[in-house]
Amino acid sequence: MASDGSVKVKIPTVFRRFTGNEAEIDLAPGTIGQLIDQLDERYPGFKGQIMNDEGELHRFVNVYVNDEDARYLEKLETQANEGDRVALLPSVAGG
Amino acid sequence: MKYKSILDLIGHTPLVEVRSLSPADNVRMWVKLEGQNPTGSVKDRIALALIEDGEATGALTKDKTILEPTSGNTGIAIAMVAKLKGYRFTAVMPDNASHERVSLLHAYGADIIYSPGAEGTNGSVAMATELAKDKGYYMPFQYGNEANVRAHYEGTGPEILEDLPDVKAFVAGLGTGGTLTGVGRRLKEHDPNIKVFAAEPELGELVYGLRSLEDGYIPPIFDPTVLDGKVKVKARESIVWTKALMQKEGIFAGISAGATIWVAQRVAERLAKDGGGDVVCLLPDGGWKYLSTEAWTQELDVAEEQVEDVLWW
Repeated sequence: MASDGSVKVKIPTVFRRFTGNEAEIDLAPGTIGQLIDQLDERYPGFKGQIMNDEGELHRFVNVYVNDEDARYLEKLETQANEGDRVALLPSVAGG
Repeated sequence: MKYKSILDLIGHTPLVEVRSLSPADNVRMWVKLEGQNPTGSVKDRIALALIEDGEATGALTKDKTILEPTSGNTGIAIAMVAKLKGYRFTAVMPDNASHERVSLLHAYGADIIYSPGAEGTNGSVAMATELAKDKGYYMPFQYGNEANVRAHYEGTGPEILEDLPDVKAFVAGLGTGGTLTGVGRRLKEHDPNIKVFAAEPELGELVYGLRSLEDGYIPPIFDPTVLDGKVKVKARESIVWTKALMQKEGIFAGISAGATIWVAQRVAERLAKDGGGDVVCLLPDGGWKYLSTEAWTQELDVAEEQVEDVLWW
């Protein structure tokens, strides 16, 4: 658990050109929606890259809180608390 | 026991309790050993279903070559079924698939067209879709063909219910979505309270690195409404639990098995607080095709590196 009060957000390679190549960003705790707003404030335009015009996550973007896909939790309302790990990843297939 | 054909051995796989891997006394964990199918993976079920569906609809005829994008197991299974039924088969596969997969495909007489490994299975799907415009090919397309889902709805799901009518949760890996969608639907029709969880690989940076968001892919047959949760698992955690399966229970399963075990334990911990019960975890293949990664014999750090270099999902 982090002790600095932050939530660690992992950024995949495909989005790092929007974050000045930062791979992990510390943000204040909040809902996934609030975390994305914080990212957009810090890196203007970031939100438009991972969300559609309806304000939903792009269908090929998955957001995980402690490894669990937020789509199956409370979606953008899913809470990330101090010490939680958040990751953004593109969707992949297998088989 | 006598059989007329190896095809008659597909399905009806054993369900084995893995007592030492359960995190709670009131939860019994079971693994369904799909590695017991003829070519060693769950994909025998769908290979037979896909080809027989093509025959039934008339889309697959003897003058055509079967073409399919695959990370390996589906290709090997189709190669076997195609060989017995007299069809030519070409697999489109990422060039970082393990050596064993390539050798097995060649042994069954399949041709292989390689797609860039850095694009993962998504790259194979894109390449095969382009190639299939040639009318000489028939592409069953496991990612978009309902016969894939049906094989699990009519086969895998009922088998689980026959063995464990009171099953409380089911966990499987998410690849095409066929297993989760087919089994999940069947289980929820039986009892809507049964929980269905997906294990998803967190692949190496290389696989994600070269991809733009537009290259993302969600298989058309995957129905996310059957899922109660989806959990991502790193190669490292998968290796740890794949080794534990062997060392504690004597079960030699493929690397993705460890990922499903890891997720099943999370599910089991929740179930334990909710009255307990049976959890079924589907292990898609045996360990043979991953021996060259030395996942079982190397130090964890080395094994992790080896596994991340090959396609383990």
